[in-house]
Amino acid sequence: MTMNILKRKAKKQKQSASHKKWTIGFLIAALVIWVFYTYIMYNLPDGPQTIFQNWLPPTTVNEAMVWVICALGLNIVVGYAGLLDLGFVAFWAIGGYSAGWFMSTFFQQANLHFLSPKDVAKQPGIHFTFWMVLGLGGLICAIFGIIIGAPTLRLKSDYLALVTLGFGEIIPQFFTNGENIAGFNLSNGTKGISPVDNISIGGRILGPFDFSWKFAIFVFLTAVMVFISLRLRKGRLGRAWLAIREDELAASMMGVPLMSTKLAAYAVGAFSGGVGGVAFATHVNGVFADRFNFSISIILLAMVVLGGMGNVWGVMVGALLVAWINSTGLPAFGDLVNSTFKTNINFPSYNFLLFGGVLILMMLFKREGMIPESRLKAILHEADDTTSNVGGAH
Amino acid sequence: MSIFTSGYQARLDRRRFFERSLSTVAGFGILFWLGINFAKSPSQFFQASLIGLSNGVLYALIALGYTLVYGIIELINFAHGDLFMLSAVFSANFISIWFHKTSSGPAAWGIFLMCLVTVMVFAATVNVGIERFAYRRLRRAPKLAPLITAVGVSFVLQFIGLRWNGSGPKTWNSVLPAGSFHIASVSIPFTTILSFAITAPLLLLMSWIVTRTRQGKAMRATAQDQDAARLMGINVDRTISFTFALGGALAGAAGLLFQQTRGLTSYNLGYQLGLIAFTSAVMGGIGNLQGAVLGALLIGLVQGLNDGLPIGLGQQWSQTVVFSILILLMAFRPTGLLGKAVTEKV
Repeated sequence: MTMNILKRKAKKQKQSASHKKWTIGFLIAALVIWVFYTYIMYNLPDGPQTIFQNWLPPTTVNEAMVWVICALGLNIVVGYAGLLDLGFVAFWAIGGYSAGWFMSTFFQQANLHFLSPKDVAKQPGIHFTFWMVLGLGGLICAIFGIIIGAPTLRLKSDYLALVTLGFGEIIPQFFTNGENIAGFNLSNGTKGISPVDNISIGGRILGPFDFSWKFAIFVFLTAVMVFISLRLRKGRLGRAWLAIREDELAASMMGVPLMSTKLAAYAVGAFSGGVGGVAFATHVNGVFADRFNFSISIILLAMVVLGGMGNVWGVMVGALLVAWINSTGLPAFGDLVNSTFKTNINFPSYNFLLFGGVLILMMLFKREGMIPESRLKAILHEADDTTSNVGGAH
Repeated sequence: MSIFTSGYQARLDRRRFFERSLSTVAGFGILFWLGINFAKSPSQFFQASLIGLSNGVLYALIALGYTLVYGIIELINFAHGDLFMLSAVFSANFISIWFHKTSSGPAAWGIFLMCLVTVMVFAATVNVGIERFAYRRLRRAPKLAPLITAVGVSFVLQFIGLRWNGSGPKTWNSVLPAGSFHIASVSIPFTTILSFAITAPLLLLMSWIVTRTRQGKAMRATAQDQDAARLMGINVDRTISFTFALGGALAGAAGLLFQQTRGLTSYNLGYQLGLIAFTSAVMGGIGNLQGAVLGALLIGLVQGLNDGLPIGLGQQWSQTVVFSILILLMAFRPTGLLGKAVTEKV
């Protein structure tokens, strides 16, 4: 008995030690990238600089960080609480539009300023500071998360996936057709809202090409999300989520309030999606309705699954990798192959095959992802042990 | 204890009352909306319903594939819509490119019938292959795994569609007789009649297979309890393969009908239509064959009315309407219109 407790203690220490290692690694990597893009990149000779511009331009890195923020949010819903969400793009969109509403000249009739950057002080519209919009966008998304979550709570897992998918379809369509909601222009339709205000930090205004400082901000946001994820995971709520993920019935018998626990997962996940949406809006300097489609939800899910559901570091690595392949890696690789072998293959069109194939193969052979969470790995392979599973057909 | 139960009962009653009054109000609202539209322009009303129903027939063919597969292995086969897309591309190539038929005529109709058989076999084979290589190994895995695999398969099929059909939508000439006849001022295209004429026997055949044949009995047994079915000497693997073949064949027929009646193919066709078809399957009560057909016709009708009526939200809100119905239905009647309440197996 004591042996067991000791073993468990040792395991716990090992886990927190690994978290420490990953945290330090993450911060060092972020610092290296930041220093590189601020001081070194533009002083390099032309040759290496072009290589970096082709293979790892700063805009790709920043976009990948936005994906990480959203994937971490989805990880809470899917990885921790085990609720399959196929419409996460809805939160990304709502977050984006909060940025469009609260930090641009879009609402001409209003004239609200709050700690806004100096360059927009004279302009009409609603101008809140970026930091406040982050919170605001996150909160709006959290409320929507609860609204979306509430009707699904009575449902089985597949139906739940379907309802989230439905919301993921409705909300972007709402924004696409939103230029005339009973005569009121809410989203500017397909034209989108652009530009949004720049981020101002300590009196300094970050222009659209200030990639390295934006990178620093995105890293900070990611770090906050990681911190929230890890702390929640350890606490009462996190343990309740895992219990629900593993056996909903047993969890409810043990006194876990299913309703509020699930809603909390939706709310926290959606909050993160909203933060990601606001960050993305400042990254591309606008919100455009046609960007928000189903493939975003699927790519986010792929990131979480490939990286390792339930493990924040795995999800982060998965998100960085997939985002990079999607935006830069595959086209750059295609250019390289085409120019060396004098071929003319359209590599980005293989995107579907790559993602589809990887999803299938991972599910068949490495269900727990690249950097798995040990507990989830055990569950996912439970069913392989057919001798102990004679009676269960579920 | 009795206090508990009575409190619970009261809450349940209140909830039931709330739901019932809400649905009554919604029902009257819809009736009112239909009424004023009908009064405004009866011919437009019938025309929109007709278009809606002819869409609904297509949805029914696809929805049956979803409902069959879900009924037997509880998997939302996300790849099913893309199988339909692939069938549409296949039929377009079969008729217009391999057999050079671009206009209507007796020879072309022969090719059309040949294509119907071929495309059904094609789609059935592809679907069985997918089950064999992707889903079978995951049958005992946690539910998330096959679901994500299905998404992966859907991507692979979309890739094939993309390669085959190109990145943009393609238009094709139909070999079906063009033209229409009129009843009062409502025009009824021959193609609509034809798609009804092809779908109805397929649905009857399907229903006959499931309810009357030995294989159908095996399917129903497997759906109820795989282990018990196996103990009774049913070859579960083969039964599941057969179910996939059946669903695939219907999706193949739907692909041909879609391609011939709309004259359009595109690699991302499957996703939207698949989603709508799945919604119809859920609406009727998933796993229930009659329910899927009923749900599909209703969804088609709702979509047609919404898109075509003079006072309506219009086509740009079509998806929103369909999915709002889905969500409301899920929230208040998750078992669907014809589904029976089942307790989840623990």
